[in-house]
Amino acid sequence: MSVLAHVFEAAGIATIVLSSIREMAVKVAPPRALHCEFPLGRPLGRPLDPEFQHDVLARAFALLNETSGPVLVDHPEVIEADDQPVSCSLPPRFDPSLPPSVDEARGLRKAYDRALAKRGVTSVGRVMSADEVPNALGMLHAIANGQDWTTAGLPGGNTIAVCHDIRTYYEEAALELVDGPLPGGRAMEDWFFDRTEAGATVLAARAAIRDSGGKFPIWFYMTPGQR
Amino acid sequence: MNGDQMMRAHSATLPAPEFANPAWVTPVELAKATVAIVTSAALHASDDEGFTAGDTGYRLIDSSRRDLVLGHWSPNFDHTGVKMDLNVVYPIDRLEELAQRGVIGAVAPRHVSFAGNQPDDVATIRLDTGPAAAAALRQDGVDIVILTPV
Repeated sequence: MSVLAHVFEAAGIATIVLSSIREMAVKVAPPRALHCEFPLGRPLGRPLDPEFQHDVLARAFALLNETSGPVLVDHPEVIEADDQPVSCSLPPRFDPSLPPSVDEARGLRKAYDRALAKRGVTSVGRVMSADEVPNALGMLHAIANGQDWTTAGLPGGNTIAVCHDIRTYYEEAALELVDGPLPGGRAMEDWFFDRTEAGATVLAARAAIRDSGGKFPIWFYMTPGQR
Repeated sequence: MNGDQMMRAHSATLPAPEFANPAWVTPVELAKATVAIVTSAALHASDDEGFTAGDTGYRLIDSSRRDLVLGHWSPNFDHTGVKMDLNVVYPIDRLEELAQRGVIGAVAPRHVSFAGNQPDDVATIRLDTGPAAAAALRQDGVDIVILTPV
């Protein structure tokens, strides 16, 4: 972002960056930056809080009054990424003949469909539709149990895209099932990897690919780095 | 250390280009300015081309569109905030409100989306796609951009 600020400024457009990595804003020194120590992925801080979002924008636009730069100002509020799994019910076991994650993904379909109907758009679809999510989990289950990932039939042959689509399917469904306050910055990730059968399957398949000599990018980016 | 703390610590160590003699634009009065959003969230309209891993290109987003897909390839940040409220990444409704109140002059007709995970040298967005996107916004009469990172 800070790099793009220099590019746009050079083209004659005044820029303001909402910085999320303070050290990078210091190093790249864009003309005007408001550093926002908010959860990564939420540069305006709080979903469904127009008042707070307007406060961020007002502080950003105020930097336009400066007559020289670079300008780097910190937003006074820090929002920590919530690191507790969100409270979200999961479907009961329905078909014990299936791997648990496949059964679970099938059980979440109605919640996913409600989410899609409400939002009108889904980010599932890099390499497969929602219909294919249970089967893809079955493939990851097989990989976790020893099948060579290159012959497992993963959609697109792309471990990373498959995991994105699975996690997106779960997270979009879960937004329809969450009890209590809105999930914080890491709460849904923690729920997926620490609470769901799908998360456990992804982690197990990732470990299996790693342990069988799969190249680093093939397995590493299947999950967040700290996993 | 939670995931955000780890990512911030890691990102702080990444190489960063230096800009000698950086440009500085004296902005037009905000109440008369046309404002656009530039995001690195890899958002794109649902019927537009998705982002590939390592994509150095950009997508233009018509100001009327709200059916946006998150096409970012990094698993290392929250993907759910933007599903709850597009404005937490792409504050299009907030800009519309500011235009209605007369705080800004106008909302630009088009906005720009890049993918945040770029090659370390960021050469393409510096020398090719970044200037091309800026030229597109200049054509639309954009005076000010607010850049939102992901």
